[in-house]
Order: sequence, then C-alpha cells, then structure tokens
Amino acid sequence: MKARLLAASAVAALLSSGAAHAQANELTLCWAAWDPANALVELSKDFEAQTGTKMNFEFVPWPNFADRMLNELNSGGQLCDLLIGDSQWIGGAAENNWYLRLNDFFDQEGISMDDFAPATVYAYSTWPKGTPNYFALPAMGDANGWFYRKDWFARPEIQAAFKEKYGRDLAEPKTQKELLEIAQFFQGREIDGKTVYGASIFTERGSEGITMGATGALYAWGFKYENTPGKYDMEGAVNSPEAVEALEFYKELYKTATPPGYDNAYMEQSLDAFKSGQVAMAMNWFAFFPGLYADPNTGGDKIDFFVNPAQNVAASTLGGQGISVVANTDNMDGALAYIKWFAQPDVQAKWWSMGGYSCHNAVLNDPGFKDSAPFAGDFLDAMGGVQDFWQEPAYAQLLLAMQERLHNYIVADKGTAQEALDGLIADWTEVFEDEGKL
Amino acid sequence: MTNTPIDRLARATPPDMAKKVRGLSDRAIAWIFVAPTIFLLLAINIFPLIWTVRLSFTNYAANRPNREVEFVGLRNYIRILTDDGIWANMQTTAHFLIWTIVLQVVIGFSLAWLINRKFKGNDLLTTLIVLPMMLSPAVVGNFWTFLYQPQIGLINYVVELFTGIPASSFSMLGPGGLAKWSIIIVDTWMWTPFVMLICLAGLRSIPDYIYEAAEIDRASKWRQFWTITVPMVLPFLMLAVLFRGIENFKMFDMVVLLTGGGPGNETLLASIDLKREAFEKWRTGYSSAYAIILFVTVFGLASIYVKALNKVKER
Amino acid sequence: MSAYSVTEPTGRSKLVAAVLVTLYMVITLIPLAWIISTGFKSGPDSISYPPKVVFEPSLEGYVNLFTTRTRVSQEAFAALPPAETWYDQIVRDQGMVIAGPSRFGERFMNSVIIGFGSTFLSIFLGTLAAYAFSRFKVPLKDDLLFFILSTRMMPPIAVAIPIFLMYRELGLSDTHLGMILLYTAVNISLAVWLLKGFIDEIPREYEEAALIDGYTRFQAFRKVVLPQAATGIASTAIFCLIFAWNEYAFAVLLTSGTAQTAPPFIPTIIGVGGQDWPAVAAGATIFLLPVMIFTILLRKHLLRGITFGAVRK
Repeated sequence: MKARLLAASAVAALLSSGAAHAQANELTLCWAAWDPANALVELSKDFEAQTGTKMNFEFVPWPNFADRMLNELNSGGQLCDLLIGDSQWIGGAAENNWYLRLNDFFDQEGISMDDFAPATVYAYSTWPKGTPNYFALPAMGDANGWFYRKDWFARPEIQAAFKEKYGRDLAEPKTQKELLEIAQFFQGREIDGKTVYGASIFTERGSEGITMGATGALYAWGFKYENTPGKYDMEGAVNSPEAVEALEFYKELYKTATPPGYDNAYMEQSLDAFKSGQVAMAMNWFAFFPGLYADPNTGGDKIDFFVNPAQNVAASTLGGQGISVVANTDNMDGALAYIKWFAQPDVQAKWWSMGGYSCHNAVLNDPGFKDSAPFAGDFLDAMGGVQDFWQEPAYAQLLLAMQERLHNYIVADKGTAQEALDGLIADWTEVFEDEGKL
Repeated sequence: MTNTPIDRLARATPPDMAKKVRGLSDRAIAWIFVAPTIFLLLAINIFPLIWTVRLSFTNYAANRPNREVEFVGLRNYIRILTDDGIWANMQTTAHFLIWTIVLQVVIGFSLAWLINRKFKGNDLLTTLIVLPMMLSPAVVGNFWTFLYQPQIGLINYVVELFTGIPASSFSMLGPGGLAKWSIIIVDTWMWTPFVMLICLAGLRSIPDYIYEAAEIDRASKWRQFWTITVPMVLPFLMLAVLFRGIENFKMFDMVVLLTGGGPGNETLLASIDLKREAFEKWRTGYSSAYAIILFVTVFGLASIYVKALNKVKER
Repeated sequence: MSAYSVTEPTGRSKLVAAVLVTLYMVITLIPLAWIISTGFKSGPDSISYPPKVVFEPSLEGYVNLFTTRTRVSQEAFAALPPAETWYDQIVRDQGMVIAGPSRFGERFMNSVIIGFGSTFLSIFLGTLAAYAFSRFKVPLKDDLLFFILSTRMMPPIAVAIPIFLMYRELGLSDTHLGMILLYTAVNISLAVWLLKGFIDEIPREYEEAALIDGYTRFQAFRKVVLPQAATGIASTAIFCLIFAWNEYAFAVLLTSGTAQTAPPFIPTIIGVGGQDWPAVAAGATIFLLPVMIFTILLRKHLLRGITFGAVRK
C-alpha cells in the first residue's frame, strides 16, 4: 500500500510540475447535460480565443451523472481535466485525492474565497466542511425553487373561484400549506378545454430525486440532520415531530395535487409537465429558470418564479456545484489556467448574463442584479437559506437509504412517516458505525 | 486423381499410423486448442470470483482506497441473511422469474406449435416475431417507460380504447401494485420468441414416422400430442427454461431502466439491489458477500435442474 | 405429395394457425413499430395525447441524435445568417442552433468494434476448443465442459466488482480491448457448446482421409472441418453478436468516455425538458439495424443453430 501511495504522490508531483508534460493544449471539462452546460460552452469560447486551448466537453445526463463521474474518478480515468461535480461528492473526492487541493494555487494567483458568497464556498469548496481547505471554486449557485403559470393565476374567473373557496386572493404562496391549497385547487381543473393538475414535484427513485424534493418541505419545517453539528446524534432531530409533519405534507402534495404517472419524476419530467401545460406549478432547480423564461410556449409573461415557501423557517434545498481540477489530469497547467480565467469578475458577470448562476460577490452584490432577471431576487433569497444533504464520504449510502425510505412511504404507501424517519435513523446509524464515526 | 473427401475416404488407412508421422501429437494440439479458452475463463471469470470470495470477508470499499481494510469474518454474510429487505428482494425476483417463465413457455410453445403447421409464409412470420429479441434490453426498458406513460403513452391509451377505463386513472409503473406485472409484460414481449425458437427446433426434431406409427395405432390427435409431442419437446423446453431462468435471475438492465426498482421497492430485483450496493454505495465487501450468495443460489438451483434435465433426456 | 399424409396438417388447421400467428405478430410488433415511427415524429407529435398514429414525418429525431444543440438569446438568434443545410434548418425550427456533433457516432463505432471484435474472438477460440473437445481425448473432458457452461450462470455484478478492480490495476478500464476480452469470456461458453454440437455432426472420416493425404492436423482442420462447420459458425455468431451488441451492465460499470458502447448512451438522450423520445427512438432504430440485417441474412441458420447445439450432450 505504502509503495503505491508513494508512487501516486510522485506521479502527482511530476504532473504538477507540468513542464515535463507539456501536452497538446486541450482540456476536457465534465459536467451534467443541462441548459447551463450549453451556456458554459458559449462562455468558454472566450477562453479558447484568449489562450488557444481547445476545450472539449463531456456532458452526462443527470440520472447517470453521479454514477458515471464517480466511476470515472474511482477507476483513475483520464477523461476529465476539469470537473463540475455535485456538492455532495466533495468529501469523498477530497479524502481520496481525486480533486486537487487549490489553496496554494488560490494564494499564488490572488483568488480569494472571500469574493464568493459564503454559503456557496462552504457548500461547494470546503472539506472538511467549513475549514479553509478548498477543493473547488464555486461555479454554479443553485437551489430548488418554484415556478407557476402567471397567466392562469391572473384569470379573473380562476381568481374568483379561488377566493370563494379559500377566502383569500390567489397569489404566490407564502407558506408550504398555501402551496398545497393552490395545487389542490388546480388539480383536475379544466383550463382551455384541458384537464390540468396542481404541481409537478420530484419523486424519482433511482438517484436523488425524491430526497431533493422532500427536503424542500423538511427544511421548511425546520428539519435538522443532527442535534449537535458534527456529533451524528440524529435521534430527535431527523425524526422530530416537525419532520414527520413535513413528510406527511409532501406525501399529501404528491397524492392529491400532482399529475397522474409522475411517480418517478425528476428534473426532466417536472419541466416536461410544465412545458406541456399540464401543471399550474412546478418545482425545479434555478438552473433551469433562464430556459423556462425563454420558452416560447410557457415562458415570458406566462411564467413567474418564487422561492421555496417557508413553513417554520425559510429554507431551500441546495443544488449547485463547484469546479474542480481532477488530480489525475495530464494538463494541470491548462486546467488551472481555466479556473483562473473563470474566477475573474467580468467573466463571472458574463456567465450570469448567459444563464449561469455566478456565485461571485461582484455579480450578486451589484445593485442591478435583483432586476436583471425575474428570478434573480428569488435566487438571492434562496441562497440566503440553503441547506444541503450530508456531504460525508459515505454520502451515497446515506442518500440511497433516504431514497428508499422516502419512496416507500410517499409513493408506494408503505408504513407511516414516523416509521420512515425512524428507519432512516437506523440506516444512517449503521453507516456511521461502519465509518467509525459512531 | 480425383480428390473429393469421399474418394480419400475410400483410400483411408487406419488413422493411427498416420498420426505418428506428424509433428505435433493430437494431445498437444488438443491442449493448444483448449488452452486459450480455459485461460480466458480463468482470468476473467474464476480469478475474479475467487477475489470476490476474499473481499466478501472484509469491509473493503473500492471508492476509498485510503481507508484501512479490515477482516470482518462472516459479518457481511450474517447481515445479508438476516436482512428482511433482502429476503423481500428475493421474493420479488422469484415472482418475476416464475411468471416470466410460465408466460413465455405457454405463449412460446403455443406459437411454435402453430408455426409448425407449416402454413405458407411461416418463415417470414418467424423472422418478424423474433425481432424484439434483437433489441437492447436497456433501450427496451427505457422506451417502455414512454409506452407506459399514463398521459401520452400508448398502452394506457389502448386500454382506455378497449375497456373505457380512463388512461390517466392508472399508472402501470406507479403505486397500486401494477409495476411488478408491468416488468413481466415487457420481459415476456421481448423473450417469448426465444422460447418459441427453441420449441420450434424441438418440434422439427420429431421424425414424421413416429406420428405415422401412432396414426396406424389409431391414437387420437389429443393422445398423440400428450404422448409424442410433449415428451419429445420437453428436453428443449426445459433447456429454454434453464436459459431464461439464468438470464432473468441476473436481470438488471431492462428493469433498472424501466422502474429503477420502484415504486418504493416493489420491483427491486436482487441484482438491481446488488448493483446499488456495489457501485453506488460502494460497499464492496458487503456486496461481494451478496454476490456470492446470489451466485451460490443460481448455481445450486441450476445444478439440480440440469440433473433433472439429463434424466428427462435419457428417457 | 400425392398420397394422404398424417403428418401434413389439414388446410383448415393451417389457416387457423396462420391467422393466430399473424395476430400475435401484429400485436408484438406494435411496440417495435412505435419505436420506429416515433423516430420520425417531431418533438410535440411524439408526446401528444391521444398518441398520434398519423403524423407529418420529420427528421428531427435523427438530427437531434447526431448533434448537440444550444439555445441562444433571442437577439443573437435573430441575427444569425440563414440556415445553410437542411439539418441546420430543422434545429433552427426548434429555436436552437447546432453546437456540434453528439457522441452517438463514437458510441456506435465502439459498439461495432467491441461487438464484432468479441464475436470474432469468441468464434475463433470457441471453434478451436469445440474441435478439440469433439475430436480428441481431453482429460477431464466432461468436467471441463461443465465448468465452461457454469461460467454462464454468474450474475455479471458478481464478477464485475473484482473485474473493475483488476481492470483498474491493469489499465484495461474503459478500453476496447478490455471490453472485447470481457464479452468474449461471457460468450465463449455458449460458443463452445453450440459449436461442439455442429462439429460432432461432421463425419470424422473426412479429416482422416485428409490426414492420409498428407495434410497436417491444422490443415485438415482448416480445409476440411471449417468449411463444413460454416453453418454452425454463422448461427453461433448471431447469438454471440446479439449479446455483445446489446450488453448494458458491464458497459455502464466499466466504461465511461473512450470505450462506452451505444446501449448506455441511448437511454440518456435528453432534450430540452424531458427525454427526447424521437431521438431515443431514432437511436434505437439505427442501433437495431446491423444486428437485424445480420440476423435476416443468416436466418436460415438461426433455427439450425438451436437444433444442433441445444439438446446435444
């Protein structure tokens, strides 16, 4: 084992010296296949023009993204020089030296993490959490938010009907319970001769969908993973009465206010349902909002956006990613040059204008930011209260356990919310025991 | 001098004499011919299998090379065998296995029996029927999610057309217990042709004179079917069952793309669960034990079955 | 045949059989027809309700399959020069511009290399082994044969873990060679068993005569046995190809960028919002073609393959 470690660090040293390995100037950047990735291709043309580097891109669809990329890193593949990896991977990637630690580079180039929004630095860059050890540069801020058919909400007959039923005006929901009422109100309603439904939400089983959706409700009710951060004491936190209520709420939302057949739905299906005019509201990542706003059929003045409503607390489920240098790259200099270029405030500003969510303070704190897009203000609100899943090296085990418990309770009607959460604690306890953390 | 094999045969002398004068002995040639196959199987099947056994006694995690590997004895095996969830997955697998086999055997044999009427164009029909089997199971699983869509999918629409049950009132892959039948339908659609082909081979292997003899004995058609057709095709049919059984025990691609194991765990076949443990949770040691348990199960069942098959053949 | 034959079914039973089988054929081909026709639908047509049987054909799916597209701002879109080619135009009609080729072409070529490469290797090794088992006294023959067959029973995941580790050490992860070897190892048991059945059928006397004529064993094998076994080789090749061509589990676990085949790629074709069903269907159709053509060309041997190999012990 030791010899191999030695060899590995020798190789790493050799690679980081760079000069000996002056490769043809090409870089491959890996990310998920979605709208922002296309924007990044456009943005990167400036980098190509400035440096003469040829950029290649490998975009993997979301359902396979984690599998494929973690497998790639794990098998020591050389596909990616740069990786915009999901926030939860950072623990494992740092522990296994898959990502290059960027502190020295940041110091040398004068890149300061203070220039980026603190929530994003904490979530996308640091390991162990909150320590000044940086393994990524915040690249794409994101959270789970909502959007709705503004044109339907504005119709007088619908407004009147809503007011009659609930005694208040139909407007963007301020709480989760209001959201449920609005969704139930639209469920099964005839609009323009078509039956429409309340909301499309995440219920996907295989990767992370239902967890990302249900945590939107859990966090809003005040869900916590631990009583004391870092102690892994989950009893009473994970299965608190608020958490049980939130989970029952999410199940009710699913059972009473979503289109039929959306029992294994994630980002694509949610977009699909909204764009085909089936639902009044939908949840999805902010990353898709520029594309939704630009949609010729359901975008423009037919759509508006709102942040995940609070119930007991204002909170949103965190998405988003940082950009990391894959330690195994054979073009370390090129990869670092890209990060240096990407961190510049004017590039970040252009990134935002093209549909990428910059995390740079120069962009976010700009007085004009809030009005630069109909969802910009909501984005700032969301990022002010984001919460993320465990980022432990064993996060995949923790996530899949939660997927199973939630899908069993919410979609497949097995057991109660209390049982699901109790079971989850048991699963997680086992994982942490195996990890030696409990 | 003519040189057809028949002529050479006519001039044949005992082969033993000839052999001695050639360079390589038959024994050497035999080894040269067999060795690459054996070597390949040892390297890519047996060696990994032994490795799996070894890993199954550890807590190794393949995605965490820097963590210390501990020997944990039988803990992985005990955990798996006492886990209710895994027994439930086994039941799901058994349900899938039994029903796909029953349906495929019944439909496949009936089709073969009909095609064996040797009507005009039966060749063409056979070739067309076989087509679903040529598709990639992964693509099939993926595309059937589209066909099963309650709102836009073909299946629900057709059901509504014929029964009047509103298409959006049920979800073939959703909650309500339909999902475990939906995966059986797709597998049956795809693999019935395979069973049919093997049965057809069996039916065509029955010489005509047996039926002629039965006819002379005035055996009824019904009796001929049960005393000649069925017993003669049985070895073929059992072989088809063996192949389908092994394949469906290992089933992963089609179902994972169709349901991902959901809703909840309703269609979580053991091999999907295993893949999750091994390559998503990266519990390498634990999943190695899981893999060994599955392998021993299928190997054991198959061995018993092959013994029965041989008995049937000997009759 | 002029005389009455008891084995020849009556006209009526033939008719009934033909009708029933045709009925099954129609029902079973509907999903397949749906795949092929969806490939020629436009995006909105593919997800319309009720499902459209009659539609205006479009090549959108095929264009989307082979390209990656990107949405540009409305001003930039308006400022674009007119589309130069028909496929540019199809993409423009969706409100987007072509960003570049997709990875489908590469994935398809990988499938060709790995599928046909491993089929060739399985047949090559399988024929040699089958010949040896058929003609020579191999020690422990029955045990070896059963051993070869039993390797087919292993769940792929059972060996995938160590193969993954082994390939990682040997640098075979994500390489064509690694996948060819792997698929060959899976297919070879079937190849040996089927081919042994065929070679058993070839009378030994042929080779023995050739040996007397001064052929070496190798020459006799090449010039006498191989041509006789051609049918068997062809039908075995179909089965090997169908497996290697369509395999998913190993491909998804052991390959990523360089050597990944098409089956893991096709289900992941995503359009803007939702899966791009026309493109998925187009991919499925194109991917089906080679193996379908191969099978139709060799269809006469398909049945014989099973007949010979299946029940012979």
